[in-house]
Amino acid sequence: MYFFTYLAIFLLALRLRKSLKPTAIYPKWSQQLNIIGWGACALLILISNTISSEEVRGVIGALCLAGVLYYLYKEPDFKPFSILLKAHIPLVIVAIIVELTYLISDNFYDKYDDFFQSAYFGAFAFIFIRLSASKKQQAELLKVRERKDELELLVAQRTTEITKQRNELQETVKELQATQAQLIQQEKLASLGELTAGIAHEIQNPLNFVNNFSEVSMELIEEMEEEMAKGDLEEATAIANDIKQNLEKIRHHGKRADGIVKGMLQHSRASSNVKEPTNLNTIADEYFRLAYHGLRAKDKSFNADLVTNFDPDLPSINIVSQDVGRVLLNMFTNAFYAVHQKQKTIGGDFKPKVEVSTRTIKTPKGSDVEIIVKDNGSGIPDAIKDKIMQPFFTTKPAGEGTGLGLSLSYDIIVKAHKGHININSKEGEGSEFIVTLPVA
Amino acid sequence: MKILVVDDEEDVQPLFLQRFRKEIKSHEVEFDFAQSGEEALNYLKDKHSEVVLILSDINMPGMSGIELLTHIREDFPTPPPPVVMMITAYGDEENYKQAMDKGADDFLTKPLDFNLLKEKLKTL
Repeated sequence: MYFFTYLAIFLLALRLRKSLKPTAIYPKWSQQLNIIGWGACALLILISNTISSEEVRGVIGALCLAGVLYYLYKEPDFKPFSILLKAHIPLVIVAIIVELTYLISDNFYDKYDDFFQSAYFGAFAFIFIRLSASKKQQAELLKVRERKDELELLVAQRTTEITKQRNELQETVKELQATQAQLIQQEKLASLGELTAGIAHEIQNPLNFVNNFSEVSMELIEEMEEEMAKGDLEEATAIANDIKQNLEKIRHHGKRADGIVKGMLQHSRASSNVKEPTNLNTIADEYFRLAYHGLRAKDKSFNADLVTNFDPDLPSINIVSQDVGRVLLNMFTNAFYAVHQKQKTIGGDFKPKVEVSTRTIKTPKGSDVEIIVKDNGSGIPDAIKDKIMQPFFTTKPAGEGTGLGLSLSYDIIVKAHKGHININSKEGEGSEFIVTLPVA
Repeated sequence: MKILVVDDEEDVQPLFLQRFRKEIKSHEVEFDFAQSGEEALNYLKDKHSEVVLILSDINMPGMSGIELLTHIREDFPTPPPPVVMMITAYGDEENYKQAMDKGADDFLTKPLDFNLLKEKLKTL
């Protein structure tokens, strides 16, 4: 049984050589391991021939094995094999105990001979068992590592996919935002187009006055010269007075036209987002009539009663006037459309009427300015009441409305100006749009 | 000759009064003004037999000129019916046709050519 230790050394050296073969440290150890392995064999043969005591042979073998183990264990290169090395320890211990026991007491050994032999064999076998278990462990570890690598690869792939999707979505969002901006601009242009006819009419009147009063003033001057020649100073003075008044009217109407054009330009320009003190009555009145004439120009049969109830003491409020003007324009246009629709359906004695009123309201925080656009038109059915503020929602036939008017109005009043829009409506009877804007 | 001018713009009044200054002075014409279709009809209730000519704008808030024309033709058909001329900024074919269909006697565009108007008045 003593030869187990020598065999263990030999097999250990062999195994280590084999394991190191593919590595970089192989050249370093190859020769040494060879020496150790074959040295063990040689030693075995030597002591078999020289030493008669099997026990002594066994002890020498055990000590050699221990020495080799110790030596290799100390080398950092063999760190990965520490389990394998440690597995040899039981054999060393068993060998020393058994051989010493036999050396000390033959009888004891003989009594337990079988046991000792089994122990020897068991310790030797233990090396292989331990190795096998360790190999299994390593295989599992490898599997786990492989699986981990697989998963990491999958995750990386998935991440790339998702990143790609996210980038695509971001691109789409950008496109949609650009399209939305385009549509909003189109809506503005559309509302500008609606105004054009109204504006043309509005400008025509002041221009007519400018022309007519100029012409008549020229005639009056000739008359005045005649009267002066006649010596009728009184008449001449009276005529001069008329001329003065005419010139004042010319100035007034000129300014009117000027204001209308400026207003139109402002409306078409991209919003400046600058808040300025504005009198809501003025812009309400202006856009009210503009909206009316605009619709009239499009549809000659259109007619409505225009009623205004402006609070003369309405305070100026800080607003982006072209944006709020656009909101009012939209509401007026909607109101006119509603009453016109009703007229088209029920006709008869129905008198379309649109009313705009303004007033100031006291609030806990200060005061609000309220503008109410009321019509006796077709009203809003309950079913769609929640939808009308949504973008792109419209009840008009295709091509007639973008459906953006009220949603833009909502953005302007509520988001940009911290105001409110309230709607009261009864289907068939009419609607009321109440726009509230804070004064401060 | 009494003429009723219907226009929502106030400033037409001094315009007419000055343009027809001589004629007014010599009592050839007399002008009255209404600023809406309703006002015009009210006026005509009393004075329809006196008014020879009605000059009406088409585009007005409330009752339009065309509506007024229709009412005039319905309410005051007794011969001789008043002459009604429409004045408007919208000088297009459709407007013209509609006015004539409803019984207008003439159709004038703004800016008013007062000389032309004076010519037409001569033929009344």
